[in-house]
Amino acid sequence: MSTDTMTATQVYRVYIKATPEKIWDAITKPEWTERYGYSNLADFDLRPGGAYKAYPSDAMRKGGEANGIAIPDVVVDGEVLEVDPPHRLVTTWRMLMDPESTPEGFTRVTFDIAETNGGVCRLTVTHELENAPRLALVVGGGMEDQGAGGGWAWVLSDLKSLLENGAPMNMQDGFKE
Amino acid sequence: MTEWSPILGTVNDDDRVFKALADPTRRFLLDRLFQRDGRTLTELESDLDMTRFGVMKHLKVLEEAGLVVTRKEGREKLHFLNPVPIRLVHDRWIDKYTERQVSALADLKHELEGGSA
Repeated sequence: MSTDTMTATQVYRVYIKATPEKIWDAITKPEWTERYGYSNLADFDLRPGGAYKAYPSDAMRKGGEANGIAIPDVVVDGEVLEVDPPHRLVTTWRMLMDPESTPEGFTRVTFDIAETNGGVCRLTVTHELENAPRLALVVGGGMEDQGAGGGWAWVLSDLKSLLENGAPMNMQDGFKE
Repeated sequence: MTEWSPILGTVNDDDRVFKALADPTRRFLLDRLFQRDGRTLTELESDLDMTRFGVMKHLKVLEEAGLVVTRKEGREKLHFLNPVPIRLVHDRWIDKYTERQVSALADLKHELEGGSA
Protein backbone atom coordinates (compact mmCIF):
# COMPACT_ATOMS: atom_id res chain seq x y z
CA MET A 1 0.00 0.00 0.00
CA SER A 2 1.49 3.34 0.95
CA THR A 3 2.75 5.39 3.84
CA ASP A 4 -0.21 7.74 3.68
CA THR A 5 -2.67 8.02 6.50
CA MET A 6 -5.41 5.44 6.20
CA THR A 7 -8.83 6.91 6.60
CA ALA A 8 -12.20 5.31 6.97
CA THR A 9 -13.99 8.63 6.64
CA GLN A 10 -16.58 9.24 3.93
CA VAL A 11 -17.50 12.75 2.81
CA TYR A 12 -20.69 13.66 0.94
CA ARG A 13 -21.55 17.12 -0.33
CA VAL A 14 -24.61 18.51 -2.03
CA TYR A 15 -25.79 22.01 -2.96
CA ILE A 16 -29.43 22.69 -2.13
CA LYS A 17 -31.51 25.75 -2.94
CA ALA A 18 -33.08 26.20 0.47
CA THR A 19 -32.45 28.14 3.67
CA PRO A 20 -30.15 26.67 6.34
CA GLU A 21 -33.16 26.50 8.68
CA LYS A 22 -35.14 24.42 6.22
CA ILE A 23 -32.25 22.01 5.70
CA TRP A 24 -31.73 21.81 9.47
CA ASP A 25 -35.40 20.93 9.94
CA ALA A 26 -35.23 18.33 7.18
CA ILE A 27 -32.38 16.61 9.04
CA THR A 28 -33.68 16.90 12.59
CA LYS A 29 -37.49 16.77 12.47
CA PRO A 30 -39.39 13.49 12.05
CA GLU A 31 -42.11 14.98 9.85
CA TRP A 32 -39.31 15.79 7.38
CA THR A 33 -37.06 12.75 7.76
CA GLU A 34 -40.06 10.56 7.01
CA ARG A 35 -40.27 12.04 3.54
CA TYR A 36 -36.92 11.15 1.96
CA GLY A 37 -34.19 8.52 1.89
CA TYR A 38 -34.84 5.65 4.27
CA SER A 39 -37.95 7.52 5.50
CA ASN A 40 -37.27 7.00 9.19
CA LEU A 41 -38.58 9.18 12.02
CA ALA A 42 -35.72 11.11 13.64
CA ASP A 43 -35.91 11.77 17.37
CA PHE A 44 -33.13 14.11 18.47
CA ASP A 45 -32.73 15.50 21.97
CA LEU A 46 -30.88 18.51 20.60
CA ARG A 47 -28.33 19.23 23.32
CA PRO A 48 -24.85 17.79 23.95
CA GLY A 49 -25.28 14.42 25.62
CA GLY A 50 -28.85 14.14 24.35
CA ALA A 51 -30.09 10.92 22.80
CA TYR A 52 -30.61 10.35 19.09
CA LYS A 53 -32.94 7.65 17.90
CA ALA A 54 -34.46 6.97 14.50
CA TYR A 55 -37.67 5.00 14.37
CA PRO A 56 -39.00 3.22 11.29
CA SER A 57 -41.90 4.85 9.48
CA ASP A 58 -44.89 2.79 8.37
CA ALA A 59 -43.58 2.91 4.79
CA MET A 60 -40.25 1.52 5.98
CA ARG A 61 -41.89 -1.32 7.91
CA LYS A 62 -44.02 -2.26 4.94
CA GLY A 63 -41.06 -2.01 2.58
CA GLY A 64 -39.09 -4.26 4.91
CA GLU A 65 -41.91 -6.78 5.13
CA ALA A 66 -42.28 -6.88 1.36
CA ASN A 67 -38.59 -7.69 1.02
CA GLY A 68 -38.24 -10.05 3.97
CA ILE A 69 -36.05 -7.61 5.92
CA ALA A 70 -36.67 -7.49 9.66
CA ILE A 71 -37.14 -3.88 10.79
CA PRO A 72 -36.30 -3.28 14.49
CA ASP A 73 -38.18 -0.76 16.67
CA VAL A 74 -35.19 1.59 16.59
CA VAL A 75 -33.19 1.64 13.34
CA VAL A 76 -30.36 4.00 14.31
CA ASP A 77 -29.23 5.26 17.71
CA GLY A 78 -26.55 7.58 19.00
CA GLU A 79 -25.69 10.54 21.18
CA VAL A 80 -25.71 14.22 20.28
CA LEU A 81 -22.17 15.63 20.64
CA GLU A 82 -22.43 19.15 19.18
CA VAL A 83 -25.42 21.30 18.25
CA ASP A 84 -25.23 24.66 16.53
CA PRO A 85 -28.51 25.25 14.72
CA PRO A 86 -28.87 25.66 11.80
CA HIS A 87 -25.24 25.04 10.85
CA ARG A 88 -23.68 22.10 12.59
CA LEU A 89 -24.79 18.85 14.18
CA VAL A 90 -22.45 16.09 15.36
CA THR A 91 -23.71 12.79 16.70
CA THR A 92 -22.50 9.28 17.32
CA TRP A 93 -24.31 6.89 15.03
CA ARG A 94 -24.98 3.18 15.23
CA MET A 95 -26.98 1.23 12.69
CA LEU A 96 -29.43 -1.21 14.26
CA MET A 97 -31.11 -2.36 11.07
CA ASP A 98 -28.33 -4.55 9.77
CA PRO A 99 -27.25 -7.36 12.14
CA GLU A 100 -23.77 -7.29 10.62
CA SER A 101 -23.27 -3.54 11.19
CA THR A 102 -24.61 -3.28 14.73
CA PRO A 103 -21.68 -5.07 16.47
CA GLU A 104 -19.28 -2.57 14.86
CA GLY A 105 -20.63 -0.08 17.40
CA PHE A 106 -20.83 3.69 17.27
CA THR A 107 -19.44 5.75 14.42
CA ARG A 108 -19.63 9.52 14.10
CA VAL A 109 -21.66 11.70 11.74
CA THR A 110 -21.26 15.45 11.21
CA PHE A 111 -23.69 17.64 9.28
CA ASP A 112 -22.34 21.01 8.16
CA ILE A 113 -24.65 23.52 6.52
CA ALA A 114 -23.00 26.56 4.94
CA GLU A 115 -24.65 29.37 3.01
CA THR A 116 -23.25 30.17 -0.43
CA ASN A 117 -24.53 32.57 -3.09
CA GLY A 118 -28.01 32.88 -4.49
CA GLY A 119 -29.94 31.25 -1.66
CA VAL A 120 -28.04 28.01 -2.11
CA CYS A 121 -26.62 26.07 0.83
CA ARG A 122 -23.79 23.58 0.86
CA LEU A 123 -24.57 20.55 2.97
CA THR A 124 -21.61 18.34 3.86
CA VAL A 125 -22.07 15.02 5.61
CA THR A 126 -18.90 13.53 7.08
CA HIS A 127 -19.18 9.99 8.37
CA GLU A 128 -16.20 8.75 10.37
CA LEU A 129 -16.27 4.97 10.03
CA GLU A 130 -13.21 3.73 11.88
CA ASN A 131 -13.46 -0.02 12.57
CA ALA A 132 -16.81 -0.22 10.82
CA PRO A 133 -16.12 -1.73 7.38
CA ARG A 134 -19.56 -3.28 7.04
CA LEU A 135 -21.35 -0.04 7.87
CA ALA A 136 -18.99 1.77 5.48
CA LEU A 137 -20.24 -0.55 2.74
CA VAL A 138 -23.89 0.06 3.62
CA VAL A 139 -23.74 3.87 3.92
CA GLY A 140 -21.46 3.97 0.88
CA GLY A 141 -24.27 2.47 -1.20
CA GLY A 142 -22.44 -0.82 -1.75
CA MET A 143 -25.44 -2.88 -0.60
CA GLU A 144 -28.01 -1.14 -2.78
CA ASP A 145 -28.53 -4.17 -5.02
CA GLN A 146 -29.29 -6.23 -1.91
CA GLY A 147 -32.11 -3.85 -1.01
CA ALA A 148 -30.22 -1.86 1.62
CA GLY A 149 -30.80 1.51 -0.02
CA GLY A 150 -28.20 3.71 -1.68
CA GLY A 151 -26.59 5.11 1.44
CA TRP A 152 -25.75 8.78 1.94
CA ALA A 153 -25.52 9.65 -1.78
CA TRP A 154 -29.05 8.38 -2.29
CA VAL A 155 -30.33 10.06 0.88
CA LEU A 156 -28.83 13.44 -0.07
CA SER A 157 -30.05 13.24 -3.66
CA ASP A 158 -33.53 12.55 -2.37
CA LEU A 159 -33.28 15.33 0.24
CA LYS A 160 -32.27 17.82 -2.47
CA SER A 161 -35.18 16.70 -4.60
CA LEU A 162 -37.62 17.04 -1.70
CA LEU A 163 -36.49 20.54 -0.70
CA GLU A 164 -36.21 21.90 -4.24
CA ASN A 165 -39.18 20.22 -5.89
CA GLY A 166 -41.40 19.53 -2.90
CA ALA A 167 -41.33 15.80 -3.54
CA PRO A 168 -38.75 13.07 -3.11
CA MET A 169 -37.70 11.37 -6.31
CA ASN A 170 -37.23 7.77 -5.32
CA MET A 171 -39.18 7.12 -2.18
CA GLN A 172 -39.15 3.37 -2.55
CA ASP A 173 -35.82 2.86 -4.27
CA GLY A 174 -34.24 1.54 -1.12
CA PHE A 175 -36.47 -1.47 -1.23
CA LYS A 176 -36.40 -1.94 -4.96
CA GLU A 177 -35.53 -5.43 -6.10
CA MET B 1 -33.98 22.56 -13.02
CA THR B 2 -32.89 25.53 -15.08
CA GLU B 3 -34.78 28.32 -13.36
CA TRP B 4 -32.26 29.40 -10.81
CA SER B 5 -28.70 30.60 -10.18
CA PRO B 6 -26.65 30.88 -13.36
CA ILE B 7 -23.58 30.02 -11.29
CA LEU B 8 -24.83 27.11 -9.26
CA GLY B 9 -27.75 26.09 -11.47
CA THR B 10 -28.27 22.39 -11.83
CA VAL B 11 -27.74 22.25 -15.56
CA ASN B 12 -24.34 23.81 -15.17
CA ASP B 13 -23.54 21.41 -12.36
CA ASP B 14 -24.39 18.51 -14.66
CA ASP B 15 -22.26 20.04 -17.42
CA ARG B 16 -19.31 20.18 -15.06
CA VAL B 17 -19.84 16.59 -13.99
CA PHE B 18 -20.01 15.30 -17.57
CA LYS B 19 -16.98 17.36 -18.56
CA ALA B 20 -15.01 16.14 -15.56
CA LEU B 21 -15.87 12.53 -16.35
CA ALA B 22 -14.92 12.90 -20.01
CA ASP B 23 -11.21 12.54 -19.26
CA PRO B 24 -9.51 9.17 -18.63
CA THR B 25 -6.99 10.60 -16.13
CA ARG B 26 -9.78 12.08 -14.05
CA ARG B 27 -11.74 8.84 -14.18
CA PHE B 28 -8.58 7.05 -13.05
CA LEU B 29 -8.25 9.45 -10.10
CA LEU B 30 -11.89 8.81 -9.12
CA ASP B 31 -11.31 5.06 -9.37
CA ARG B 32 -8.30 5.37 -7.06
CA LEU B 33 -10.41 7.27 -4.52
CA PHE B 34 -13.19 4.74 -4.90
CA GLN B 35 -10.75 1.97 -3.99
CA ARG B 36 -9.60 3.90 -0.97
CA ASP B 37 -10.77 7.34 0.04
CA GLY B 38 -8.88 10.17 1.71
CA ARG B 39 -5.64 10.25 -0.28
CA THR B 40 -3.06 13.02 -0.41
CA LEU B 41 -1.92 14.72 -3.60
CA THR B 42 1.48 13.06 -3.18
CA GLU B 43 -0.08 9.64 -3.16
CA LEU B 44 -2.35 10.33 -6.13
CA GLU B 45 0.59 11.77 -8.03
CA SER B 46 2.65 8.62 -7.46
CA ASP B 47 -0.01 6.57 -9.26
CA LEU B 48 0.29 8.59 -12.45
CA ASP B 49 2.96 9.23 -15.00
CA MET B 50 2.30 12.95 -14.86
CA THR B 51 3.72 16.01 -13.15
CA ARG B 52 2.41 17.21 -9.79
CA PHE B 53 1.15 20.33 -11.55
CA GLY B 54 -0.79 18.23 -14.06
CA VAL B 55 -2.42 16.12 -11.35
CA MET B 56 -3.37 19.27 -9.44
CA LYS B 57 -5.09 20.64 -12.53
CA HIS B 58 -7.15 17.49 -12.90
CA LEU B 59 -8.04 17.47 -9.22
CA LYS B 60 -9.19 21.08 -9.51
CA VAL B 61 -11.61 20.15 -12.32
CA LEU B 62 -12.93 17.28 -10.20
CA GLU B 63 -13.34 19.60 -7.20
CA GLU B 64 -15.17 22.21 -9.25
CA ALA B 65 -17.56 19.51 -10.43
CA GLY B 66 -18.10 18.54 -6.81
CA LEU B 67 -16.81 15.02 -7.47
CA VAL B 68 -13.88 15.46 -5.10
CA VAL B 69 -14.09 17.14 -1.71
CA THR B 70 -10.95 17.97 0.25
CA ARG B 71 -10.61 17.99 3.99
CA LYS B 72 -7.74 18.90 6.29
CA GLU B 73 -6.65 16.17 8.64
CA GLY B 74 -3.74 17.27 10.77
CA ARG B 75 -1.23 18.81 8.40
CA GLU B 76 -2.48 16.89 5.42
CA LYS B 77 -5.05 17.75 2.79
CA LEU B 78 -6.99 14.62 1.95
CA HIS B 79 -9.08 14.05 -1.15
CA PHE B 80 -12.44 12.29 -0.89
CA LEU B 81 -14.68 10.99 -3.64
CA ASN B 82 -18.09 12.65 -3.40
CA PRO B 83 -20.56 10.39 -5.22
CA VAL B 84 -23.56 12.71 -4.78
CA PRO B 85 -23.23 14.57 -8.14
CA ILE B 86 -23.11 11.24 -9.98
CA ARG B 87 -26.16 10.13 -8.02
CA LEU B 88 -27.94 13.34 -9.03
CA VAL B 89 -27.07 12.74 -12.69
CA HIS B 90 -28.29 9.19 -12.29
CA ASP B 91 -31.55 10.24 -10.67
CA ARG B 92 -32.23 13.00 -13.20
CA TRP B 93 -31.06 11.39 -16.42
CA ILE B 94 -30.99 7.65 -16.06
CA ASP B 95 -34.37 7.58 -14.32
CA LYS B 96 -35.73 9.86 -17.00
CA TYR B 97 -35.21 7.10 -19.55
CA THR B 98 -36.50 4.34 -17.32
CA GLU B 99 -39.76 6.12 -16.64
CA ARG B 100 -41.86 2.98 -16.73
CA GLN B 101 -39.90 1.54 -13.84
CA VAL B 102 -40.31 4.77 -11.92
CA SER B 103 -44.06 4.88 -12.49
CA ALA B 104 -44.31 1.24 -11.40
CA LEU B 105 -42.58 2.24 -8.18
CA ALA B 106 -44.89 5.19 -7.76
CA ASP B 107 -47.83 2.79 -8.12
CA LEU B 108 -46.26 0.49 -5.55
CA LYS B 109 -45.76 3.40 -3.18
CA HIS B 110 -49.37 4.44 -3.69
CA GLU B 111 -50.52 0.93 -2.92
CA LEU B 112 -48.25 0.51 0.11
CA GLU B 113 -49.38 3.77 1.59
CA GLY B 114 -53.01 2.85 1.24
CA GLY B 115 -53.68 5.23 -1.62
CA SER B 116 -52.82 8.26 0.49
CA ALA B 117 -49.73 9.23 -1.48
